[in-house]
Amino acid sequence: MEFGPYLMLATLEGAVLAAVLALMASGLSLVFGVMRVVNIAHGEFYMLGAVFAWWITSAIGGDPALAFIAALVIAPVAVGAVAVAADMVIIKRLNYDPERTIVATIGLLYIIQQLTLMTYGADARPVVAPFNTRLALPWIEWSGGGLQLYWPWGLSVTSYKLFVMAAAVVVLTGLYLMMTRSRIGLLMRAAQLDSETALAFGIPVERIYAIVFGLGGALVALAGVLIVPIQQAHYLMGGDALLLSFIVVIIGGLGSLGGTVVAALLIGLSDGIISVFFSPTLAKIIATLLVALVLVFRPQGLFGGKSR
Amino acid sequence: MSKPLNLKPSISRRSAMKTLGLGAGAAAALPMWARYSNAQTSAPIRIGFQKHATGIGASYGRWYDRTSQAAVKMINDGGGINDRMVELVTEDDGTDPKRGAEVVEKFATQHNCDVGFGTLFSHVVIGSAPRAGELKLPYFVVSEGHHVASGMLNRYTLQPGITDVKSQVQAMAPFVGDTLGKKVTMIFPDFAFGHDHRDFFSKAIEAQGGEVVAKIAVPPAETSFTKYFPKIPRDTEVIYHVMVGPAVLTFVKELGEFFGPSRPEIFGFIDSLEAVDLASPGLEYLEGTYFWEGNPRYAQPDQTSYDKYFRAAVGVDDNGASVNDPKDVSTYAHMFGCWETLHVIKAGMEASGYAGPQDRSKLIEAVEAMTSMPESNEHPQGEKLFNGKTHQVFGKQYISKVTNGKLIRAHTASIEDTLYPDEVDYTSQGF
Repeated sequence: MEFGPYLMLATLEGAVLAAVLALMASGLSLVFGVMRVVNIAHGEFYMLGAVFAWWITSAIGGDPALAFIAALVIAPVAVGAVAVAADMVIIKRLNYDPERTIVATIGLLYIIQQLTLMTYGADARPVVAPFNTRLALPWIEWSGGGLQLYWPWGLSVTSYKLFVMAAAVVVLTGLYLMMTRSRIGLLMRAAQLDSETALAFGIPVERIYAIVFGLGGALVALAGVLIVPIQQAHYLMGGDALLLSFIVVIIGGLGSLGGTVVAALLIGLSDGIISVFFSPTLAKIIATLLVALVLVFRPQGLFGGKSR
Repeated sequence: MSKPLNLKPSISRRSAMKTLGLGAGAAAALPMWARYSNAQTSAPIRIGFQKHATGIGASYGRWYDRTSQAAVKMINDGGGINDRMVELVTEDDGTDPKRGAEVVEKFATQHNCDVGFGTLFSHVVIGSAPRAGELKLPYFVVSEGHHVASGMLNRYTLQPGITDVKSQVQAMAPFVGDTLGKKVTMIFPDFAFGHDHRDFFSKAIEAQGGEVVAKIAVPPAETSFTKYFPKIPRDTEVIYHVMVGPAVLTFVKELGEFFGPSRPEIFGFIDSLEAVDLASPGLEYLEGTYFWEGNPRYAQPDQTSYDKYFRAAVGVDDNGASVNDPKDVSTYAHMFGCWETLHVIKAGMEASGYAGPQDRSKLIEAVEAMTSMPESNEHPQGEKLFNGKTHQVFGKQYISKVTNGKLIRAHTASIEDTLYPDEVDYTSQGF
């Protein structure tokens, strides 16, 4: 493939990855930003979103579009409920202590993974996309004295991948609006700034924490539901998601939603482009190297505020 | 929000040590009651089954398990081996080479198995077989990798139930070169099994006057494949693909999405679609393309009684799916290997008069002496020819065409087409 169309294909692949990464990492960033705890089981909520989507679509059957819309609505809510339960049963009792939460969420990771293995099984199962038409994309070339469009062999995108990108933009915009304009967002930001003073003002901080944890789980489960028609639902898919979410959140700055989005774009696009032109392993090496550089030279991340 | 430190724990060190000591004592005493009080010969023959229950080989592991249980039931219903019943001891190796070596050790030392068997993924075979050689455990793999016949492994490792990649691609190259095209792009997983395809098919197609224009290696655990396809050169006439792992459906779907309506000829190995329904959405573009099949998934018009018997015993319908769930598609092109291997183990034990682990080398010598195995209920995939020197079996290879959503056999390669010169003589090695 010529360089121009090749770059376009790489950019599109990277954009899809960036969209999913942004959703995944925003959940992690929100949880850390408000609650100051790290959730190692974050990737497993992503996997649960995908697995629940499979369960719901196979239970409903019929028209793939309706089944998928049902999954899109129900699965994140269900995973959010699981996350709220995990917070109230486990993390609250550890008093949100950072080290103990890390250990506890590692245990939660294994429990969720093995429960899924015992019930859903070890297979990767597909979910039919609600719509998936192939769209051949044109490229411009200089010929016959003027700019002309032509359709290079293999340069295409599917309508579903475009939908994933659009959905991520919509959800993240909604999240931003909720955090800055709504009352619940105000309460979350208050709890984030200074939880003791917030408590003194009568804000139910522990309930806010439960809601935030649930929201974080729901966001990453939404990413899982969106990705499952492209890849399949497999009980090990959380591992990669966790690693990439951490890379994005560390580079963007823990607690900063804007930083997370910028970092997701950076990592997603660079991963897509480097994978296409060089090799996927090199892309992962560069992403991890970036994390190391950020941790050495700017530990709060590109956009993170100073730690309190 | 911090609580004062609790300096007095609720469990004292003394009571903890007591409990641990009791537990250790109970564990040590366990083997005493679990042994057979009868004579050695009425104890069952224990075959250690190394199953890919989890990890990237899990779909195959599930079907290997069902086939092996069915074969053991058939053997036991027929009186067992040397008047002893057969017992399968199953352990999960997680499709991981390191775990595989640990599982082999468990078979030999903890479970007191007579033989080990059942490993499929080539990197696990290469990681586990050396340990079997060290522990002198006969190790029957069902893998298709060329490593047994290449001399890389040891005299204790045999592959008598399934053919290997070198013989498969050698038989495919003439068909690909004559029928589909001479310029081939290969897409394969980036580990031992995929490297076998890359190396042997390149040589075979060049011998036919063809040329491999691109070799695209994909990591076995990859989940998204579109980024590899732009490397396919524009002048490719045939895409040759073989992919493994949980993401094979994504691979085949994205291949179709990449090409759209203007696709080249495609020749795939059914590995890319094992345990996947051919009628899945996104696979319509495969109509008219060809697949290598180790054993035809769909019952053919000239189905033998042996294939019918095999399907009924394992619980597979005429479409290659489970009789209990039409969506549960089997790994039909590989799982016959477990059935045939277990029957070879039975034949070997009977020929050598196997009585216990002291006869392991006699068992191996008896299997090395085997040559032709006729098509039968014990060998439903077709007749076989075993090479005792290289420990590898040779059999017929099938090419099917996707016609109206089913795989219909279009060409059969004879055993002679698949033979190649010996690369090792394990019989000259000691035990």
